[in-house]
Amino acid sequence: MTADIATRRSPLDGWTSRFTELAPAVRLAERPFLAQLTLRLTDTSRAAAVSRVLGVELPETPCTFSSGTGPHGPVEVAWLGPDEYLVLAQPGLQRTLESALREAIGDTHGAVVDVSAQRTTLTLSGPRARDLLAHGCAIDLHPSASPIGTCVQTLLAQAGIILLVRDADAGEFVVLVRASFATYLAAWLVDAGMEYREYREQPV
Amino acid sequence: MQLIPCPWCGPREEVEFHYGGQAHVAYPAESAALSDEEWAKFVFFRDNPRGPFAERWSHAAGCRRWFNAVRDTRSYELLAVYRPDQERPVTT
Ligand SMILES: [Zn+2]
Repeated sequence: MTADIATRRSPLDGWTSRFTELAPAVRLAERPFLAQLTLRLTDTSRAAAVSRVLGVELPETPCTFSSGTGPHGPVEVAWLGPDEYLVLAQPGLQRTLESALREAIGDTHGAVVDVSAQRTTLTLSGPRARDLLAHGCAIDLHPSASPIGTCVQTLLAQAGIILLVRDADAGEFVVLVRASFATYLAAWLVDAGMEYREYREQPV
Repeated sequence: MQLIPCPWCGPREEVEFHYGGQAHVAYPAESAALSDEEWAKFVFFRDNPRGPFAERWSHAAGCRRWFNAVRDTRSYELLAVYRPDQERPVTT
């Protein structure tokens, strides 16, 4: 994260034109450089203080995420484990959030680690987004099984991902993938979405 | 593909999991006092029952947590899954 903003390249730099070929069936885009922090919190007495810093409650239910807008703008907090969360915020906020969260945790047992460079973010939406993901992901993404706020860590085309369901009915998904797997996954998505290029939106 | 129910994430495909061998193998209380034979027994010797077997599994591609499962070695049927801090449940 010491990279100079003017010179740094996102893992999927240069893929935009290939992604846009999938529209309008699937709108696929990279949202690079989001601030990402792993938060370990064993002592739940500090959960309230952490929530105040983020402006969002920590998700209590496994495989869910919470979202909202707080003092640091829009924030999403994903459940990664019984005492582990992933905080997603706007690019450039990692340092600020890191110290704010450390302060909230205080001396209690916990950890805050800046992992912004670990993963890049893909957003998928459109009428065929769910079908495209179903080609390589075993999770049932139908709104009845995966409603808004679902967060799963699973495999997509055998690559480890974190998948957030932002809008189940409209089929809006966020896929977080490790930087070293990003080009593989991008190539897989473009290939798996080939059949949807013929898709035309029905006239209303 | 077999589904394994993670105690936290629910049923997931078997490929998301990593096998960790027999569960409830306690570390020797006085490891320094162990003879070579006793030490070898602790390190290498495991039960191999025909029927229910308590095993450790890790949800490697998911929440990355370890948990225990009682699996019938004849049918591969998972009779119970439980967190490491829980007692082995009674299975039939
Ligand atoms: Zn799990």
